[in-house]
Amino acid sequence: MTARPDALPTQEMTINMGPQHPSTHGVLRVILTTDGEVVTRAVPDIGYLHRALEKIGERVTYAQYMPFTDRLDYLASMNCNCAWAWAVEKLAGIEVPERAEYLRVIVCELNRISSHLIAFGSYTADMGAFTPFLYAIRERERVNDLFEMICGSRLTYNYARIGGVSGDAPPGFLEKTKEFLDYFEPKIDEYNNLISYNKIFVHRLANVAVVPASEAVAYGLTGPSLRGSGVPFDLRKDEPYSVYPKFDFKVCVGAGERGTTGDCFDRYMVRINEMRESVKILRQAVAQIPDGPVLAKVPRVFKPPVGESYFRSECPRGETGIYLISDGSVNPFRLKIRTGSFVTMNIFEKITRGLMIADIVAVIGSFDIILPEIDR
Amino acid sequence: MEAQAIFDMLKGKFGDGVVELQREGFSPAFVVVAPAEIKAIARFLRDDPSLAFDSLMCLSGVDYKERFAVAYHLFSLEHRHAIGLKAMLPRENPSLPTVDDVWPAANFQEREAFDLYGIVFEGSKDLRRILLPEDWEGHPLRKDYKYPDFYHGIKV
Amino acid sequence: MEQAALALMNAFPPLAGVPPWAVTLLLIVAAAVVILVFALTFEGVGSLVLRKVAGDIQARIGPNRVGPNGILQFLADGVKLVLKEDIIPANADRLLFKLAPYFVFVGSFAAFVVVPFGVGLIAADLNVGIYYVMAVTSLVVVGVLLAGWASNNKWALLGGMRAAAQIVSYEVPVGMALIPAVLVAGSLSLQDIVRSQEGLLGIFGWNLFHNPFTFFSFFLYFTAAQAETNQTPFDLPEAESELVSGYNVEYSGIRFGLFFLAEFGDMFIVAALATACFLGGWNVPFLHAGTLPWIWGNLLSLGVFLAKAFTMVLVMMWVRWTLPRLRVDQLMRMSWKYLVPLTFVNLLGVSLWLLVFKGKGIPGMIASLFG
Repeated sequence: MTARPDALPTQEMTINMGPQHPSTHGVLRVILTTDGEVVTRAVPDIGYLHRALEKIGERVTYAQYMPFTDRLDYLASMNCNCAWAWAVEKLAGIEVPERAEYLRVIVCELNRISSHLIAFGSYTADMGAFTPFLYAIRERERVNDLFEMICGSRLTYNYARIGGVSGDAPPGFLEKTKEFLDYFEPKIDEYNNLISYNKIFVHRLANVAVVPASEAVAYGLTGPSLRGSGVPFDLRKDEPYSVYPKFDFKVCVGAGERGTTGDCFDRYMVRINEMRESVKILRQAVAQIPDGPVLAKVPRVFKPPVGESYFRSECPRGETGIYLISDGSVNPFRLKIRTGSFVTMNIFEKITRGLMIADIVAVIGSFDIILPEIDR
Repeated sequence: MEAQAIFDMLKGKFGDGVVELQREGFSPAFVVVAPAEIKAIARFLRDDPSLAFDSLMCLSGVDYKERFAVAYHLFSLEHRHAIGLKAMLPRENPSLPTVDDVWPAANFQEREAFDLYGIVFEGSKDLRRILLPEDWEGHPLRKDYKYPDFYHGIKV
Repeated sequence: MEQAALALMNAFPPLAGVPPWAVTLLLIVAAAVVILVFALTFEGVGSLVLRKVAGDIQARIGPNRVGPNGILQFLADGVKLVLKEDIIPANADRLLFKLAPYFVFVGSFAAFVVVPFGVGLIAADLNVGIYYVMAVTSLVVVGVLLAGWASNNKWALLGGMRAAAQIVSYEVPVGMALIPAVLVAGSLSLQDIVRSQEGLLGIFGWNLFHNPFTFFSFFLYFTAAQAETNQTPFDLPEAESELVSGYNVEYSGIRFGLFFLAEFGDMFIVAALATACFLGGWNVPFLHAGTLPWIWGNLLSLGVFLAKAFTMVLVMMWVRWTLPRLRVDQLMRMSWKYLVPLTFVNLLGVSLWLLVFKGKGIPGMIASLFG
């Protein structure tokens, strides 16, 4: 558009999408510079939820750190617990009994389902359709009931231990899990019919914030965001840990279903499809789980050997990598947690240039970030 | 590719820039490099077709009581191998060139290392405090960090 | 009104001494009070029904604490709003800030005056009824813009500007979609439009079935009017999850209450106009309401009208809780690129039909085949 010499001067507006905002998935502050409705610059400002988890890790023992990992991503608490347990076990070379590994996988996949349900629900709520959010919460209540059965808690579970899990599944747990899976699987199709392919919803999401595959890798995107850009990389299949090699499931990849590969719609559909794959894994796990002990013998005063290790696991929001340095004492020497949401924020400023304010909300929701993971 | 092979390749190309290979007790193995060479080595690791480390998994600052270090964990999606890079830095004025033009994923993580350790990344496109408020004094993750008593008049 | 005043003065000898204009004024005020009470009651009960319907659709129970099954919830909300602290932001433009809710409320309430509730139940049967409604509901734009600007808040400003753009853009399709009903009736007066739909065994007299173009007009009108009233999928100005309630974010207490009430009032106006223009208004099926005794005619026609209007309101609420929200440029595109051309084509179609078939609709032609 050529500017006319006698046009009225316009000014860019700086708006603060403040830490308190219904759509920023936590206390995220985005400083928008807009020209009317179009955003020219969106700078994220984080740190409102910084709790110095890494510094705390240097003062507590390995076993005492488990409840802190709950708060790392409270919607995928089991995944973070197990990530910490696996990281320490890799550093110290501890052998975990097979039943414990199966239980860990079962709770991790259940938590993946409930985390993706919240991602789905809050995303559609951000887009203006309030109803699917409540349906997602309804299904999540059933998962919470299952978790309450197995560890007594509904949100921050503190379930894994170094060397296994804290308690065996009570009688009836596996049957109830199977009931939940039978109830839940047709619901995914119901939600797809209700909202996923709704014309308005697709128009809001398709071709918005396209992230090409090479950029996704370079900017450090992981998890569903990376797979939404067409890169078929899933840690559970490509760098398998625990008992994942025993399960048969697909890697869900975005394919430009309704727009371009790597747009918001692809990332959203990857999460929906991942719920289906999690149901598949759960069915196999519940069928195959062996009997046995659930906790290995780990000394009470636990001192891993001197060394450094890096372990990463597939959490619902990306890969959670734990870089552990041990100097032979009861406390970790250095503990660095690399979370999917934190590194995903790298691409935020680049991808939001030229979008509208309404699209900023769509982008934040499609990357499914959560602030405790970003701020630690 | 094995860690030893990668180390030999780097040593052959950069000579004194590559210091040693830390293998026993380190998973993945670390190639310790001179801080000044980090950008050239990073670019080589990313662009060489047999190495193709296109994914920076993790960038962390470390405080080994006598000195600082920056640890890079790299991964190649094509060849499915991983390696670590480490650059040792002195405790006074720790600084080294940035790698955020090689892997843009490094930007936020370098800012975090700067924020919590005080390691300066030269040439970074944006080096500000990220997790702590802009006017915070000190670098908390250092082993000799003293907790402040007051912040803006509020008892901490 | 003046005839009613004179009739009243003749019926009651004590009133003979009072000048006629005073009695007329009294009657006008009484009618306005009745309408106001109806509007406020509807808006209050409407908000409760909205929440209960939302609860039903969302697999939960809505309000159920205040009163049996929560039916007194709107009273509790009203009392709460009245008792809230009246906060005006420090740098806000005080006069405009206070003035804005009244514009919005008046814009919505003034349209109730021409709503044909029954055979003889209309506050003022203006002979430019439709035109008057279009004009008066546009006052809402002024109020919303004032609210957005005077709040001294960038988010409110954005919401106000979006609302202004949206309401003004959708005025065109709304007006164009109502014209077919006017053409069929040959009059802008709402009572005439309703009367033109009587006979033919009730339902077949409706403008909805008159010809294919008026059939489309109904849906075009309903869609465009839903945008006029800021309902999802067009509720950008108050997009809760983006603009944190948009133009009324800084309002609290009864000032916010006025915005809130005006929204439900607008919903009723849209439903009432849709009923009057397309769904037969107060026409009682199988009967001629005008020939019944005065009290039965009015009661039956009032009942029929309210039933139809409330059904339309429920449909609006249903759509609101089902569909996501359109982005602002998609909204504008839908109005100017799709609705406006469609309504123009529609208008042309209705005019041609009336010309060719000399004003007869399809049910009329089928009826004349059978004699």
